[in-house]
Amino acid sequence: MVDLNRKFDVLVIGGGNAALCAAISARRAGASVLVLEGAPKFYRGGNTRHTRNMRCAHDAATDILTGPYTEQEFWDDLLLVTGGQTDEQLAKFMIRESKDILNWIMEQGVRWQPSLGGTLSLGRTNSFFLGGGRAMLNALYLTAEKLGVDILYDAEVLDLEIDNGMFLSATLKQGDGRASVRASTMVAAAGGFEANIEWLKQYWGEAADNFLIRGSPYNRGSILKMLLAKGVQEIGDPRQCHAVAIDARAPKFDGGIITRHDSVIFGIVVNKHAQRFYDEGEDIWPKRYAIWGRLVAAQPDQIAYIIFDSTVVTSFMPTLFPPIGAPSIAGLAGQLELDPVVLEKTVADFNAAVKPGTFDHTILDDCRTEGLTPPKTHWARKIETPPYLAYPVRPGITFTYLGTRVNREARMVLKNGRPAANMFAAGEIMAGNVLGKGYAAGIGMTIGSVFGRVAGQEAAKNARN
Amino acid sequence: MHGTSILEEADRLMTVCNSCRYCEGLCAVFPAMEMRRSFSDGDLNYLANLCHACGACYTDCQFSPPHEFNVNVPKTLAVARHESYAAYAWPQAFAGLFARNGLVISLTAALSVAAFILGFAVFNDRQILFGVHGGPGAFYKLMPHHAMAALFSATLLYAIVALAMGVRAFWRDIGEPIGMKTDAASLWQAIRDAGELRYLDGGGVGCFNKDDDRPTDRRKLYHHFTFYGFALCFAATSVATLYHYLFAREAPYPWWDLPVVLGTLGGVGLLVGPVGLLAEKWKRDPVLADEARTGMDVAFIVMLFLTSLTGMALLLMRQTAAMGPLLALHLGVVFALFITMPYGKFVHGIYRFVALVRYAQERRAMGHV
Repeated sequence: MVDLNRKFDVLVIGGGNAALCAAISARRAGASVLVLEGAPKFYRGGNTRHTRNMRCAHDAATDILTGPYTEQEFWDDLLLVTGGQTDEQLAKFMIRESKDILNWIMEQGVRWQPSLGGTLSLGRTNSFFLGGGRAMLNALYLTAEKLGVDILYDAEVLDLEIDNGMFLSATLKQGDGRASVRASTMVAAAGGFEANIEWLKQYWGEAADNFLIRGSPYNRGSILKMLLAKGVQEIGDPRQCHAVAIDARAPKFDGGIITRHDSVIFGIVVNKHAQRFYDEGEDIWPKRYAIWGRLVAAQPDQIAYIIFDSTVVTSFMPTLFPPIGAPSIAGLAGQLELDPVVLEKTVADFNAAVKPGTFDHTILDDCRTEGLTPPKTHWARKIETPPYLAYPVRPGITFTYLGTRVNREARMVLKNGRPAANMFAAGEIMAGNVLGKGYAAGIGMTIGSVFGRVAGQEAAKNARN
Repeated sequence: MHGTSILEEADRLMTVCNSCRYCEGLCAVFPAMEMRRSFSDGDLNYLANLCHACGACYTDCQFSPPHEFNVNVPKTLAVARHESYAAYAWPQAFAGLFARNGLVISLTAALSVAAFILGFAVFNDRQILFGVHGGPGAFYKLMPHHAMAALFSATLLYAIVALAMGVRAFWRDIGEPIGMKTDAASLWQAIRDAGELRYLDGGGVGCFNKDDDRPTDRRKLYHHFTFYGFALCFAATSVATLYHYLFAREAPYPWWDLPVVLGTLGGVGLLVGPVGLLAEKWKRDPVLADEARTGMDVAFIVMLFLTSLTGMALLLMRQTAAMGPLLALHLGVVFALFITMPYGKFVHGIYRFVALVRYAQERRAMGHV
């Protein structure tokens, strides 16, 4: 039984990768630590449950990584995906720290495995958790418990008592009642607000009703909201998030990895008016993967359809939901409730514009269209072999980038520009410091582990003084 | 469409898992799954028998219950595996023996022991039955060697034929797409994988039981005790047979002689192993197991334990008047063990080995060495 009357050195709010890294590093530094996880035990860990890998810099190949991935290369990738919208000092600090995290995370009981099926393109840059994100979480929780970290589940924080940038106590839900807990320092690692549709609507309007949330339904951003309302400086564009195209038949929340589609390059994508709207052959994985969520979000009713034919069915990973099929394009349009005449014309126009080339989906090949708007610049092949098939897709929101500004100690920065006395943040809640926009696979976990560990260390140090 | 509802569920799960693949580093099941995009009954039975039931994929799964995707691979494959034993049983008329297997094995053992005691009593007079016998050929005063050899050879032969027919049906069912032939390298790989129980460790973490995320299960260790104990006992019997026919040396042998040494070591393994396995079974999270068939597992484990216990008792008391009744008891248990081999948990080792051969072969065909 956790004694809530005592004053803890470090209070960690949240229960995912960032929270556990903070809790473990604070405990290892000698602090007493309480973790408040708002979800029940099965759903503990927020979006970490759905993750699989982490992007860490390393100077040489390892047992599980096929080659070096230098700090410079990591930085170049980050610059590319964010278009420069990143805090350079903080990002470079994170990249430098990521090298050590590869070993540190193993010392906390997490196991790596070589990248295998479907993920070979990340075998050099990203380290994969044996058994996936929930296995990683299980290992971290086990280590935290062994070290003597106190953990409460179903412990939603209802209010924070903050006085002039100084954390004093938190009010949490305890069964049907409430309890208050005091701590010398606080680490907020409670995720983004992607599961809070009402909040998303402030920026996206009614379109947000059509968004599917890939991860935890518990990431409602309540801690973020409290912190921003109580003097912490915000960072990041509230409309920016990691979003991918996922199957429209997926559940509203928590569908995770298995609802994704990566078949865009093998066909065309049309909107509800049966019209194409973007170059399906623009770029190689994983960049293409990360743009389609936003593209679909910009279409009417936030729905789109990946259309392909039977020749490519085995070219991509098997999917949870089977494709919708019909012997003719008009028949397929009927199944999808699209205008058959328009869809037939869209496919015919596309087929007519396809130029001959040598297909290779692993490179930017020379299969392209000519005289078509928008063009398909690579991997363009005629859609002409029935049955014709389709996946309906919607925007799948992974996590949001609006967050709390932090410095290199993972210490929150207040609206007046001063660092907070005893408040730290790690993980999605401060991802916007590094990710102004865009996404690179596995970087969310890097942010969580690096800033989680730093936040824990600094909070422990802070608590002692 | 599949033949049974459990195979329907296994198909659903493999479709979920094949679009996730986070567990591919844990064992052989998921890499084998990834080589397929759709699953026939044979494919699913193959995967079911490839699964060693370590439980790691359940503990690691973000979609296990209460998640709405309700992914429970260990339990589903356990049920499918157990149903596959009946599906491949030979002759098919005996498939029903798997239904209430604990009862079947218990009754068989009781009848067998009773028959041996009765036989000993009918064919021997009291003086011999409860007499003290020593020196070579002592056992055969109670039951002539040729009778003993003929009965047990015939029983074992029947078991081997029935098991071989089951394997044949299984192999045919899982043969596609790479054909019926196998190769020495795949066989050797499977022998190593089975011999070290390579896939009974959650990818290196360990097996899981009731204490959900703490892999504290010692099944692998106890299974080694059991399996190698069984193998040593089998070796003891084989050596003794050679002694008898090649060197005309008759049992019982002195304590330092090879058959007794092997049998004693094996017997210890068959005492420690089954007790450990039962203890681990008791602690196992019911959510992971095919609870309806606990009886089959327990019956086999208990039979192995009793085989060793009666054998050890015979060894210790072979110089006393208890030797006759103990010999009857031991032979009764061993007979029941042999005759039920094709219709009980024993088959798990056979089908799993065959699945491992198939897996090794598929890996080679895919270019892995």
